[in-house]
Amino acid sequence: MKKATRFYKYIAFFRLRFVMGLQYRTAALAGVATQFAWGFMEISMFLAFERAAPDAFPMTFGQLASYEWLQQAFLAFFMAWLMEGELFDTITSGSVAYELCRPIGLYEMWFTRSLAKRLSAGLLRCLPILVVAALLPDPWKLHAPMSPVTLLCFIVTMIMGLLVTVALCMIIYMLTFFTISPKGMRMIFAFAAEFFQGAVIPLPFFPAPMQRVMEYLPFAAMQNVPMRVYSGQLAGVELFRAAGLQVFWLAALTGIGKALCAKAMQKMTVQGG
Amino acid sequence: MTAKNNDRNISELRLYVHYVSLHLRSVMQYKASFWMTVVGQFLVTFNMFLGVYFLFDRFGSVEGFTYQEVLLCFSLMLTEYSLGECIARGFDSFDSMVRQGEFDRVLTRPRSDILQVLGSKIELTRVGRLLQAGVMFVYGVTRSGVTWNAWRVITVLLMLLGGTALFCGIFLLFASICFYTLEGLEFMNILTDGAREYGKYPVSIYGRRMMQFCTFVIPYALVQYYPLLVLLGRTDRNWYGLLPLGGLLFLLPCGALWKLGVRHYQSAGS
Repeated sequence: MKKATRFYKYIAFFRLRFVMGLQYRTAALAGVATQFAWGFMEISMFLAFERAAPDAFPMTFGQLASYEWLQQAFLAFFMAWLMEGELFDTITSGSVAYELCRPIGLYEMWFTRSLAKRLSAGLLRCLPILVVAALLPDPWKLHAPMSPVTLLCFIVTMIMGLLVTVALCMIIYMLTFFTISPKGMRMIFAFAAEFFQGAVIPLPFFPAPMQRVMEYLPFAAMQNVPMRVYSGQLAGVELFRAAGLQVFWLAALTGIGKALCAKAMQKMTVQGG
Repeated sequence: MTAKNNDRNISELRLYVHYVSLHLRSVMQYKASFWMTVVGQFLVTFNMFLGVYFLFDRFGSVEGFTYQEVLLCFSLMLTEYSLGECIARGFDSFDSMVRQGEFDRVLTRPRSDILQVLGSKIELTRVGRLLQAGVMFVYGVTRSGVTWNAWRVITVLLMLLGGTALFCGIFLLFASICFYTLEGLEFMNILTDGAREYGKYPVSIYGRRMMQFCTFVIPYALVQYYPLLVLLGRTDRNWYGLLPLGGLLFLLPCGALWKLGVRHYQSAGS
């Protein structure tokens, strides 16, 4: 019973933040237009490379087109530089003390908050992009998933990918307690995360030995897995291995994040004023 | 009369130099933050470069362009964009200037409004990108086997000039629209950020429609694709090297739109 009420707090907080995120509809509409243009350009670019050497293309073109549209549609879920400036300010200015007065865990609360933000932004943008992209003519088209099972696996790995993304960002927030200026750390993190999660180019386009190593990094558990599950590139044993890695990284990253949080709470001194 | 005009131009230039020195001194108060931003800019562009590198590693060429040739194109576009952004950043955040009534103050001063808006923000952190563009340019030039002659050197200079002007023009266009919408239109950044991101490859790879758009609507191809052909010796039409001047011409309609906007301007009253 006590456990249930404790959990309820986070759900209420999540709802609050989620509904708040849904208010920014005009911004979302502008975002949709931008993402369409980017999706188009990205796909035309790959079309040109495919014309140059069709045999070197590591997946079918339909799979690539689907990957690109999903990436645009769910950009807010996985974008590494989408972090909350407010939280960094809270930490550096010391007003985090107020947060600590609340009868809830700091780590859990901020995790919920980041999750709600990404989820609301992503859900607002994804539908128009997915619908229109599915209606486009052939090389551009977002293909339907092969079976309901694939769709289900896609949704599950997508949620896991989102959780891993939030867990990674939480580590950056927590590290901010130990440095005064988080800017540099944030930039290096965003750079590495974008590159290694397949946001610059999908992982199969890298040389094979490099790709094998990249698959094991926590970043690969972000968008790389769901986007490739969707078009059937990860199936069977490979799907299980990728999903297993997602579970592992989620556990490991939240573990590290919570440990850092506990350590930060111990050593933190808030100057009055 | 002309002597008087000349005086005025010189004093405008002096004012601009003064603005630059002000911004330089202000960023140098926060040196660590300045260099951090420079490094950040560098990393973002470095990701773009890595994307190009690994795609060429796999495919070898694109539309008949080699890796080195694309790097040449990429570095020129990046330099033009960075210079344009460095100069015209004030227009990029012009919407807040209109909303907060800052523009009223600009209008009361007996100096050019464009110059004052330009001077309101000069983005010096773009050196991170310029540095990277420089390295890529040197590499691209030495490896792509461009045989230099006077005409090709002029073509490169015209590309830099025309491209920078083109990006300044687009920023000016944004600002002019703000007079009517009162807020920045986010999707307009397809024309700036999008051009920086996808202008790394010659426009021709994106197909015929995109070529037409980039020749007649927003003349990216005039500062990028056509003169590039001259540099690489892929065309006999040496006059293609003059096309970047189209980027300068692009400033005319943008300037006219700005004038129209200023006339339409109604103060926010704050």
